[in-house]
Amino acid sequence: MTAVADSTVKTKSRSKSSRPGTIALLLNNTLAATGLALLVLVCLIALAAPILPLPDPDVTAPAQRLLPPLSPDHLLGTDHLGRDLLSRLVWGTRVSLAVGLSATFIAAFFGSLIGLVAGYAGGRVDNVLMRGIDMVMAFPYILLALAIVAVLGPGLLNALYAIALVNIPFFARNIRGVALGLARREFVDAARLSGKTPIQILFTEILPNVMPVIVVTMSTTVGWMILETAGLSFLGLGAQPPQADLGSMLGEGRKILFTAPHVSIVPGLMIFVLVMSINLFGDGIRDVLDPRLRAGSLTRPVARTAVTRDPGKPVPAPGAEDRLLDIRGMKTEFQIGSSIYKAVGGVDLHLKEGECLGVVGESGSGKSVTAMSVMGMVPTPPGRIVEGAAYLDGEDLFAASDQRIRDLRGGSVAYVFQDPLSTLHPLFSIGHQLVEAIQAHQSLTKSQAQERAVELLSLVRIPNPKDRLSAYPHELSGGMRQRVCIAMALANQTKVIIADEPTTALDVTVQSQILSLLNRLRRERNAAILFITHDFGVVSALCDRVAVMYAGRIVETGTTEEVLNSPQHPYTAKLIECVPVLGEPDRRLDAIEGRPPLVNNLPDGCAFADRCPRVQAACRTADIDLVMSTPERGVRCLFPLKEDTKI
Amino acid sequence: MLPEFVFDASEGAALSAYILKRLLTAIPVLFGLTIIVFLIMAMIPGDPATAILGSYATPENVAKLNQDLGLDKTLVEQYFIWVGNLLQGDLGRSYTLNRPVLDEVLERFSATLILAGTALLLCSVLGLIAGIISAVRQYGWADKMITLLVLVGISTPSFWLGLLMILFFAVKVRLFPASGMYAIYGGGDLPDLLHHLAMPAFTLSVVATGVIARLTRTAMLEVLRQDYIRTARAKGLSERKVIYKHAFKAALVSVVPVIGIQAGFVIGGAVYIETVFQWPGIGSMLVTAISTRDLLLVQGGVLIVAASYVLFNLMADVVQSLLDPRLR
Repeated sequence: MTAVADSTVKTKSRSKSSRPGTIALLLNNTLAATGLALLVLVCLIALAAPILPLPDPDVTAPAQRLLPPLSPDHLLGTDHLGRDLLSRLVWGTRVSLAVGLSATFIAAFFGSLIGLVAGYAGGRVDNVLMRGIDMVMAFPYILLALAIVAVLGPGLLNALYAIALVNIPFFARNIRGVALGLARREFVDAARLSGKTPIQILFTEILPNVMPVIVVTMSTTVGWMILETAGLSFLGLGAQPPQADLGSMLGEGRKILFTAPHVSIVPGLMIFVLVMSINLFGDGIRDVLDPRLRAGSLTRPVARTAVTRDPGKPVPAPGAEDRLLDIRGMKTEFQIGSSIYKAVGGVDLHLKEGECLGVVGESGSGKSVTAMSVMGMVPTPPGRIVEGAAYLDGEDLFAASDQRIRDLRGGSVAYVFQDPLSTLHPLFSIGHQLVEAIQAHQSLTKSQAQERAVELLSLVRIPNPKDRLSAYPHELSGGMRQRVCIAMALANQTKVIIADEPTTALDVTVQSQILSLLNRLRRERNAAILFITHDFGVVSALCDRVAVMYAGRIVETGTTEEVLNSPQHPYTAKLIECVPVLGEPDRRLDAIEGRPPLVNNLPDGCAFADRCPRVQAACRTADIDLVMSTPERGVRCLFPLKEDTKI
Repeated sequence: MLPEFVFDASEGAALSAYILKRLLTAIPVLFGLTIIVFLIMAMIPGDPATAILGSYATPENVAKLNQDLGLDKTLVEQYFIWVGNLLQGDLGRSYTLNRPVLDEVLERFSATLILAGTALLLCSVLGLIAGIISAVRQYGWADKMITLLVLVGISTPSFWLGLLMILFFAVKVRLFPASGMYAIYGGGDLPDLLHHLAMPAFTLSVVATGVIARLTRTAMLEVLRQDYIRTARAKGLSERKVIYKHAFKAALVSVVPVIGIQAGFVIGGAVYIETVFQWPGIGSMLVTAISTRDLLLVQGGVLIVAASYVLFNLMADVVQSLLDPRLR
């Protein structure tokens, strides 16, 4: 998985020019574009109020009072004093917009100033300023505005100040966070060394960098500020007659709600349209700027990997009968944007009862995806299985029903993952999680399941297992957590354990404990293990056989002894060289030069050719087959190493 | 490295210790609130004595009243006298209502608590449900509908929505009463209260529902990508358990504090709703008190609402720590 993420990043930086620009994306977002268009329209009308052919908004005409909408000369009708509603609406919008925007600018100015100073100065100044901001935020937002208006007295300008003031904390907090990070950066140090004063640094170095944050905060708060100033006016605490904004129009109209509802509905509708268009536009900006959304990484993965095998192609049949798990020609792909990453490009693997097979490779070789694909654990989207089959006791897992897969998961086939802290649920006790795993497959009462959980914990050598049941994952050490994960994998009649780098996140001493635990358990319970690792040292300690993966395919396979003693593929030989050996400090420990190829753009021929010291022209021409010398021994190389060859 | 077993057997004790600690941190915040409220009121321009006695008062009378009100002392002295009185439950006397501020404020606040509490319950339940549906059916029509509704909801001025509700449900359909907390004649029981409560509580909850729904959706989507969700699936749990138990509990941890913050917006927003529906709560009291410049009443009202907000946030923190053992 990380491999895919890695390569995504790489392609992104490479194909930057082909990525659509922010503005183009924004306009492609229909809702955001609609919001922007509405907003511009409203603003233009409000700006043009003086030149529009509208009657004076304040001229009263008692004879013409409370005319309904669509009356002659009065498109939206008139209010209780006979004033033209359309004209009042346009002028009121003008006032509301002006007040909302001014409040936004005032809040942005003072809030950013506080945030900049606090973030740049840090320490005591930061502490004092931020405690003050916290105090202000301890008040409910509107209440504080009310208290300020209570002090200053009702009036549009006072309402503006009140709303601006209560919004200062949002700016101060956001900007302080960014400024705090920037103040420790090298370019600020450089400016300081060049003799600039703190004030110069603040305004010439830091301010330009926090500007985007200020703008985004403004776009998210301006709608609120328009709404809240209108609210204060509605309560009679903002605009005072004859001055009118949308809120005070609504407030006045409320008094005649039952006789002439249009007088209050119309200005309210205008506030709604204004705020809605701002929110639409703001959401659009946020979506476009959010890289996660763009990469589709916020898409919810479904419970099981999608299988899209070509119905025209025959599914490969299972091999020999004694194979417990038999993976045949499996291909798993990831679709990210328009490119397809062939993470697993046709893999054959098999496990006999009680056997341990190590799958070895660098990160990005497709070994984890292979392991995850077996039980449909690869997230879809973006992943999908496109070819091949995985047979468990002769049953095609990719054709099985969802219910059947659920029964097998944690039942016959159990997983142990890499990082035991993130793979255990942090909010449930380990006892709860074990009981859950047991009860998912066996109809036991809770107390029976708890007894079973205690047995499992003692099986994986956790002392005082009874007391441990109520412990939470964060209360255990890494090694203990991984023991819990192994206990969970053994909760039911497990035939196959798929262990995906189960020791990688652990200390070396703990690693060897976990390995010997796994080894003992598989012998006691006769469970087969598919062991994914990047470390040949681990393989030699545990595995009967090894398959080496590179760029989504198996490049060499054989018994552990054969592969370790006489590797035939240059890649395998290089990997073995990377293992440190105690007492041999002179051993070369350099990683293999170069990087594995991107799986969305594999070269013709051997994928390792670019990094191979023995590469020849023939290696790059055509696809190379995995040549099997015995049923268990094979290599995908045109020029395999002989026993005595040194590379 | 931590020792092999870091485990506290007395979980209940740890929890109550946490709650106690959290309660203690609320004290300085409450103390700070009194300072701010006091300062706001002290900043009021003009002379309160003149305001009370009117502009024809003699200078002697003004001086006398200033002395009676303690306004001839320093600000710090005044503050401590004020806090001392506050601690004894003396918030002064409202000059417009001619009754103790505390009595009026408590009476009004209980009405607000009924309204805001119901709205808060409503927005939490509706918001969580909508957010979960949205996340589970991501990009489906239900998600699109909810996203649109949420957008409309958070853009609608609640005071305007209240008027529309009255026009429709009170005038046109005649389903709910337009105003008040109890029927004027008869009534006064729980069904009557609920009948009056329905419209204002719903109106008040709309914006907060939208905010909570949005956040729940994001939190659920975030959580559903976590490794422990993969583990839950690898165990063979049903999708229902994975989503509604494992994912939801984890998402709730990040939604609960937001519900606490929304409590502030809901009790604050009650000001509009109480005015629109003539609910006899503290919000409508504040609006009247500001217009009549009854500042002691404003002071008392602001203080009690702000204090209740602190307590709401405290409750949110406690609920969060109940959910998440790592916070204890």
